[in-house]
Amino acid sequence: MANRAQIPTSNSALIAMIADEDTVVGFLLAGVGNVDLRRKTNYLIVDSKTTVKQIEDAFKEFMTREDIAVVLISQYVANMIRFLVDSYNKPVPAILEIPSKDHPYDPAHDSILSRVKYLFSAESVASGRR
Amino acid sequence: MSGQTQRLNVVPTVTMLGIMKARLVGATRGHALLKKKSDALTVQFRQILKKIVSTKESMGETMKTSSFSLTEAKYVAGENIKHVVLENVKTANLKVRSRQENVAGVKLPKFEYFTEGESKNDLTGLARGGQQVQQCRAAYVKAIEVLVELASLQTSFLTLDEAIKTTNRRVNALENVVKPKLENTITYIRGELDELEREDFFRLKKIQAYKKREMEKKLADAKLSAEDQFSLKKGVSMKSGHNLISAGREKDEDIIF
Repeated sequence: MANRAQIPTSNSALIAMIADEDTVVGFLLAGVGNVDLRRKTNYLIVDSKTTVKQIEDAFKEFMTREDIAVVLISQYVANMIRFLVDSYNKPVPAILEIPSKDHPYDPAHDSILSRVKYLFSAESVASGRR
Repeated sequence: MSGQTQRLNVVPTVTMLGIMKARLVGATRGHALLKKKSDALTVQFRQILKKIVSTKESMGETMKTSSFSLTEAKYVAGENIKHVVLENVKTANLKVRSRQENVAGVKLPKFEYFTEGESKNDLTGLARGGQQVQQCRAAYVKAIEVLVELASLQTSFLTLDEAIKTTNRRVNALENVVKPKLENTITYIRGELDELEREDFFRLKKIQAYKKREMEKKLADAKLSAEDQFSLKKGVSMKSGHNLISAGREKDEDIIF
């Protein structure tokens, strides 16, 4: 059976981030940040002044870059570009929604879990029933 | 588009019947195998889903602890920590490696993270709070571990989803389109062959009947001609009997009175 979506096996790929300042600083402290020769970074700090267009552009750029395997995005930022996040269906890079300090994790809005809701409505986590 | 299942357009011969039967057997076997594959994939899917749910919850917890430790570090080391960190970004030394794993016949991606290079300990500009910063860093590294595993689960989830959809599509196609078509074709061929046989049979019977009539006619003719021959031999023809009787009526010159 032909595997149409090629999953690239790479040896070293970066983790990109689109989050608020504190989260990004924390991850940079851990050593995830990368600035290459052309001053392109693999992270975008989102604050109150960032426009939605900037976020969209950064997201699209991270998606098309070949050396990025994982994209971490704060949930409230993901809500701003929800349509882009939901319409994306390539397996790599993987999009992960992370909570931020002011917005705790909300499974009802996670794009992956909401897709699952359509499949299994009885045992869904995103439905909020315990 | 025809809403019902049609049959394939074939020449109704015995060879074609054999070919269609073989194809039907193949389709049935393929259908059973694909169904098994779909069931296996669905089992894997559910397992991964459960793991995703639990990992996401633990991720929420881990992020909370790391945020706390960052706040502590900020409190101790002063607000400048942000700028120091931002300045010090060069190349990443936490990266991920992606491999492919084969699960029930489907290639799933899997990420694992690894550190390359030394960890940056040259946080110049930080006067105090080194220990807090180290703790914060450790907390975030742990968070990254959990996140990478989650990413790998998520990609497997999406890929499995695609694979299950494709397999189910194939199963349904075999069950609802290919097999009925083949069955209809086989029925049609059988029907045509039967009809040809009946035609042949009928033709044969007709010819037999004709031949029989011919034989009987010949026999009757032969009989007639045989009687003719018989009478000629005796010198008396069939017509002479007739003359004897009529001769009595006519005047025979030879008779005197």
